[in-house]
Amino acid sequence: MAETAAVRTARTGGAAGHRRSGGRSGRPSPLHLVLVPLSALMLAPLVWMVLLSISTEEEARRFPPGLPSGVHWQNYLRAWSEGPFGHWLLNSTIVAVSCVVGNLVFCSLAGYAFARIRFAGSRVLFIAVLATLMVPFQIVMLPTLIVLRHLHMIDTLGALIAPNLATPFGVFLLRQFFTAIPKELEEAARIDGAGRLRTLVKVLLPLMGPILATLSILTFLSVWNDFLWPLIAVQSPGNMTIQLGLQNFQGAHLTNWPVLMAGTVTSQIPVLVLFVLAQRFFVRSIASSGFK
Amino acid sequence: MTTAATADRVGHRPHPPGRTRGRDRVRRADHVAGWAFVSPAVLLIGLFGLVPVIWSLLLSFQQTDLTSPGTWTGAANYRRMMHDPVFWQAARQTVFYSVLFVPITMVLAIPIAVLLNQKVRGMTFYRMAVFVPVVTSTVATGVIFSWLYNPQLGPINAALAKLGLPQQGFFQSPAEALPSVVVMTVWGWLGFAVIIYLSALQNVPRELMEAAALDGCGRVRAFWRIELPLLAPASAFLLVWLTINALQLFDEVYVTTKGGPLHASTVLVYYLYQQAFVDFDGGYAAAIGAVLFVVILAVTVVQLWLGRRTSPYEVS
Repeated sequence: MAETAAVRTARTGGAAGHRRSGGRSGRPSPLHLVLVPLSALMLAPLVWMVLLSISTEEEARRFPPGLPSGVHWQNYLRAWSEGPFGHWLLNSTIVAVSCVVGNLVFCSLAGYAFARIRFAGSRVLFIAVLATLMVPFQIVMLPTLIVLRHLHMIDTLGALIAPNLATPFGVFLLRQFFTAIPKELEEAARIDGAGRLRTLVKVLLPLMGPILATLSILTFLSVWNDFLWPLIAVQSPGNMTIQLGLQNFQGAHLTNWPVLMAGTVTSQIPVLVLFVLAQRFFVRSIASSGFK
Repeated sequence: MTTAATADRVGHRPHPPGRTRGRDRVRRADHVAGWAFVSPAVLLIGLFGLVPVIWSLLLSFQQTDLTSPGTWTGAANYRRMMHDPVFWQAARQTVFYSVLFVPITMVLAIPIAVLLNQKVRGMTFYRMAVFVPVVTSTVATGVIFSWLYNPQLGPINAALAKLGLPQQGFFQSPAEALPSVVVMTVWGWLGFAVIIYLSALQNVPRELMEAAALDGCGRVRAFWRIELPLLAPASAFLLVWLTINALQLFDEVYVTTKGGPLHASTVLVYYLYQQAFVDFDGGYAAAIGAVLFVVILAVTVVQLWLGRRTSPYEVS
């Protein structure tokens, strides 16, 4: 973001070097009194999901609801035997990873060319790509369905992968970053006789680790959690993603809450584990989806 | 940023005369390379992004079930829309939902972002608690809230009973279904808004706050006078982003209320889905989509314009 006038004056004027009071004193901050209930409120639905998934059916039907008497793992065993959760997780992984790889390759190539190569029609093409950024998916999905039917791809994993292999967001994001890298870096390699592709792969991409990771995380999350497109593009249970599978499972287990919640926990585990392990990175990626 | 921009400008200076000789060959190689590099992405985006927009517009003037070739019916779908009470109900409910969801999310997110920007022990945990719904899928959110809101067994009605308050129907009550969806989606989106505000707060230079403190400006006043105005760009972005997403609400409704009871939570995209895949009226669905597109475009343009006009600091 660009600097504001106020910020600039503050930078020069406020260099007195005063430290904020407080810091590491012995007394716990009163802010905990707000933060603890806030966290409890935000976590409650997820905690309830886990608690219910280890309750017995009788415990789930108690009113008012209470804590489970013990850990009843059989809910998970039942969920996994009645719904092919492993298969759905595998499908989701295949689809999400393919889309991540596709975006990394195709958006890097296109982003680089739009930023650095002057070629006929580049401006028109780039504007066309940007224009699709504004189009809501619900408009596109009906004809896309027809296109994929002609390609005999309906009800396959390919139908879930193809439309997300290259996204206008990815092209735009990477183009912005290629534009910010100093030209001299590239020119040195070019003078040494390296071709465009070689320069891109050997010189520029290694400098773009963080933004490529951001694109990967955002692509992965949006494809992994997508629901509407799988809902209309896939019918057979064997080709469902985890989200669609879970929704299907919900329809069949509406009354058995512990088993349904065991399935729900199963569907969330991979992303939750990734999130807890790499929270900072997730947050940075999500933040950068807002500000270019 | 500034250094890169300067370097860029230097690089663009006219080439020394010696280098222009091979220019034509270089140019042609550039055209080939440029097209080769962009063509995979451009073809994919064209096939799945650009062509379908035009196609969708054509579909909206047809009667089609999306599997067999349609027949042209002129503006019949749009005329039907004008006199379709369920369409107007869905439109009203979409507006109702957005008008609740967007401001509530933004107003809650600001104080929470300020809280999470403080230096307190355990902050990593507190942040995680607020952010974790962002990665929770809409389907899982729907399943979990179906339980929380369950009128017979759910914990919310249990808590109301304990407090001596009347029991509620939530998703099963026509009057409460949509407000219940609002609460659920605010829970799911709050973390996203907080992340955006938090990263904006972290960009407020510490010197600015220190200078204010030095001049005798209290923490509360510093927030109202310095931090809040500097959050304006983040607010402008969130306003547009959350509104676009609110107008496109579908997943949470599909998983929980299925648009009911009695169409009480049928929003535009849900109605579109129903028309296309339950009633097999693809043409009418495409017409609804076209109207939605125009509305989203108009709302975005107006909000961006307002955002630019009301921003207290001009972004240079």
